[in-house]
Amino acid sequence: MQLRSNEPTGPIEHRWEKHKESSKLVAPANRRKYNIIVVGSGLAGGAAAASLGEMGYNVKCFCYQDSPRRAHSIAAQGGINAAKNYQNDGDSVFRLFYDTVKGGDFRSRESNVYRLAQLSTNIIDQAVAQGVPFAREYGGLLANRSFGGAQVSRTFYARGQTGQQLLLGAYQALSRQIEAGKVEMMARTEMLDLIVHDGRARGIVTRCLKTGKVEPHIADMVVLCTGGYGNVFYLSTNAKGCNCMAIWRAHRHGAAFANPCYTQIHPTCIPQSGEYQSKLTLMSESLRNDGRVWVPRNKEDVTKRPEDIPEKDRFYYLEERYPAFGNLVPRDVASRNALYVTNEGLGVGLEVDGERRGVYLDFSDAIKRLGEQTIRERYGNLFEMYERIAGDNPYKTPMRIYPATHYTMGGLWVDYNLQTTIPGLFAGGEANFSDHGANRLGASALMQGLADGYFVLPFTVGNYLGEVRTLPELAEDHPDVKKAVGSVEERIHKLMNAPDPKHAPEYFHRKLGRIIWSKCGMSRNKEGLEEALREIPKLRDRFWREVKVVGSGAELNQTLERAGRVADFLELGELMCIDALQREESCGGHFREEHEENGEALRDDEQFSYVSAWEWTGAAGEPRLNQEPLSFEYVKPSKRSYK
Amino acid sequence: MSEELLNLTLHVWRQDGPSQPGRFETHPATGISTHMSFLEMLDVVNEDLIEKGKSPIAFDYDCREGICGSCGMVVNGVAHGPQRLTTICQLHMRQFNDGDELWLEPWRASGFPVVKDLVVDRSAFDRIVQAGGYISIRTGSATEANEMPVAKAMADQAMDAAECIGCGACVAACPNASASLFTAAKISHLSLLPQGQAERLDRARNMVAQMDAEGFGGCTNHGECEAACPKGVSLRWIARMNREVVRSAVKSDSGVKTARR
Ligand SMILES: Cc1cc2nc3c(=O)[nH]c(=O)nc-3n(C[C@H](O)[C@H](O)[C@H](O)COP(=O)(O)OP(=O)(O)OC[C@H]3O[C@@H](n4cnc5c(N)ncnc54)[C@H](O)[C@@H]3O)c2cc1C
Ligand code: SF4
Ligand code: FES
Repeated sequence: MQLRSNEPTGPIEHRWEKHKESSKLVAPANRRKYNIIVVGSGLAGGAAAASLGEMGYNVKCFCYQDSPRRAHSIAAQGGINAAKNYQNDGDSVFRLFYDTVKGGDFRSRESNVYRLAQLSTNIIDQAVAQGVPFAREYGGLLANRSFGGAQVSRTFYARGQTGQQLLLGAYQALSRQIEAGKVEMMARTEMLDLIVHDGRARGIVTRCLKTGKVEPHIADMVVLCTGGYGNVFYLSTNAKGCNCMAIWRAHRHGAAFANPCYTQIHPTCIPQSGEYQSKLTLMSESLRNDGRVWVPRNKEDVTKRPEDIPEKDRFYYLEERYPAFGNLVPRDVASRNALYVTNEGLGVGLEVDGERRGVYLDFSDAIKRLGEQTIRERYGNLFEMYERIAGDNPYKTPMRIYPATHYTMGGLWVDYNLQTTIPGLFAGGEANFSDHGANRLGASALMQGLADGYFVLPFTVGNYLGEVRTLPELAEDHPDVKKAVGSVEERIHKLMNAPDPKHAPEYFHRKLGRIIWSKCGMSRNKEGLEEALREIPKLRDRFWREVKVVGSGAELNQTLERAGRVADFLELGELMCIDALQREESCGGHFREEHEENGEALRDDEQFSYVSAWEWTGAAGEPRLNQEPLSFEYVKPSKRSYK
Repeated sequence: MSEELLNLTLHVWRQDGPSQPGRFETHPATGISTHMSFLEMLDVVNEDLIEKGKSPIAFDYDCREGICGSCGMVVNGVAHGPQRLTTICQLHMRQFNDGDELWLEPWRASGFPVVKDLVVDRSAFDRIVQAGGYISIRTGSATEANEMPVAKAMADQAMDAAECIGCGACVAACPNASASLFTAAKISHLSLLPQGQAERLDRARNMVAQMDAEGFGGCTNHGECEAACPKGVSLRWIARMNREVVRSAVKSDSGVKTARR
């Protein structure tokens, strides 16, 4: 497999312009001759479909929810970065670029990241013009805050619902194109396979989730914006429906999968309360500004009421271990330390599966210092949400928190044009691997999704179509199409008719999640990964033997939907462990216990300064590794230290 | 944090498809932890049904954190259940007592046909937005964002209206099955902002015409919608919408005074 990044050369600040100048265009009058499929209606897909429709292409857009407005982008709370420098605090495109490359622990492509930083400012302009009600100052200008440890205030926000408001902006733009007849929206329709013809992506096979109808959709090209795969862990902050089906099917057709083991764990989520837990809820990271993290020093105290544990018996482990940063250490450091103290038996809260996985986040000092009113003003909504879910009042008793999977930096490998290794197949948003390296900075995913959707894809898609000009007609009864439809139908049949049906798909999903979370989660080692690699294929075999789906495929059947998604997670999970085992270093969200020094991750630039792009060779568990070397001209790799 | 286990009886609306007749079916829900969310309680019931080879209860959900608007059902006559300002996915079982009997029904409105069991088709909401619930701005043609200051009070009000998650509880709660609160929230969000002025009257006229065409009832000021709304969207937006519609009958942005479709 050839990995060509197709990056332009020359001074980094001119690369995107230069690339645009040398790219092919499709004339306005010709655009209506092209059919484009966009799978996904989140920030990336919604923005891409709306923009492509507006340019004059014929677009078909798909989502599995009942409306495009419900894509999981809607759940983003914190905000979106942009290098506007409105606060006059020294921000610039270069600084945002620099922070993102460094934050990604030097595992991303400089050209892509620079373009992202450049486009960040256009996103804010676009969103404001659409009517996104960002927070404003008294003078009427846009407000900013500093987010996730950034040293400048470059984050734009709309209360705690930034993702919702940005998505509604994209959804409204999409609605306008639907009304104009340029986008055909197919909601509650799930892509189950990709159609490849003559080496190019030419369509998809879908199942209508309402009627069960399986059918092909043929086009000139396909864009996947189907979000992240964090639900491989079963429990995560993602929506229940988030899945890897579209990107995994593409992978099996030849799209390389990059850096699958790079996953981000968020330190402040509400802990699991029981076996039945279906998802985890994120609490804003800003809570760590005023809350103090601790566990009891003595195991005997873990079941005591926290108020009854005297100060001397409390272990403020972040403050003790990292005096300079204290409770504000970066996400991965905070997360790993919570794992370690709970491994030692010091975890608090409810016991699940024989373990207590929770630590306290205590506001009593902040309340004493600033008064309850101030704390209420700062975090009132979050405290309410916490009480609704956990049933405790955080003004009176410390919150309990624990890390949870939040974001996946890995995804389909794409070049500078966001094209995968299958010609005509593009990927945007969280579904690709492009911009965040081994670790994503807060408020950067919304930025990337919208940059891809509004500004990169509309352009690079045109370049592709301008290059291929006309593609041969592909009829629905062509053998390649019939084969794809046939294999989808066969798979549905297999899922519904396991030889020894015993358990609902969740049963297997929970088991997979437990393996991945404990062995390929916050902290990984060779032994654990090898164990996981023995366990996952066994679980997968059991799944195909024992999965139980009731009802028929020709109706709304949510069990069948879940079964198909779990089947793919069972393959992707294995690839994650293979990738994590192969990468003998610690970087960003990937922490290998063998590669650390006093708890600090040890990156190995000599050996691992590359993107791992895994190629499907015909069977799960036997991928071939391809490497895209990374070079750093503008930001020189440095070691991080938070001690 | 204390945990109790509840035993409940569920009477669930089961309906195989849009044109099939529906009926209540009774299922016990036993050993339900007070820490479970309402939907997790249904997950547990469903997993049990599947293992027994029976058809699980269909209900919509996705984010399970009160923001995507996918979930929604009527519990004992109340849209999204008993806790105010809370979607059914965020409702937790500690709001219930041991021995409770719960009646679960889908949103009932002619604008929301039942798909299956508790799942309804809310695509009418999408069509109302398509009729004009946007600002026409081409990608890439926006001017510098800070060129147009927006008074903070206005921006805050627009945000209040924009909080709507499109769940449909307002329709389900309304005796007339009116979609006024949903439609008014979008019209108000955009009409409060300077960016939304150019299409303001046409937007109101077209969205309201679409709302009527979808078969939703009219608003007769019961206020049930506001009480059921999990996001606290205010009734005052309906009054605002009505003013816009009155104005749009005599004035127009585009010169056309009739609804587009
Ligand atoms: C709780 C939470 C909070 C976050 N907060 C922030 C934040 O403050 N700032 C920030 O920058 N980032 C944040 N993120 C990350 C960010 O929200 C996401 O990375 C981003 O929104 C992903 O957008 P997307 O368009 O790639 O995917 P999504 O929004 O997930 O959209 C995926 C789309 O694909 C569709 N789809 C998927 N599979 C299929 C299929 N097989 N067939 C058909 N359709 C399919 C879905 O229906 C959906 O429309 C947060 C994430 C979470 C989970
Ligand atoms: S107005 Fe409230 S109840 Fe109605 S759809 Fe919006 S959020 Fe739901
Ligand atoms: S599932 Fe998203 S709001 Fe309830």
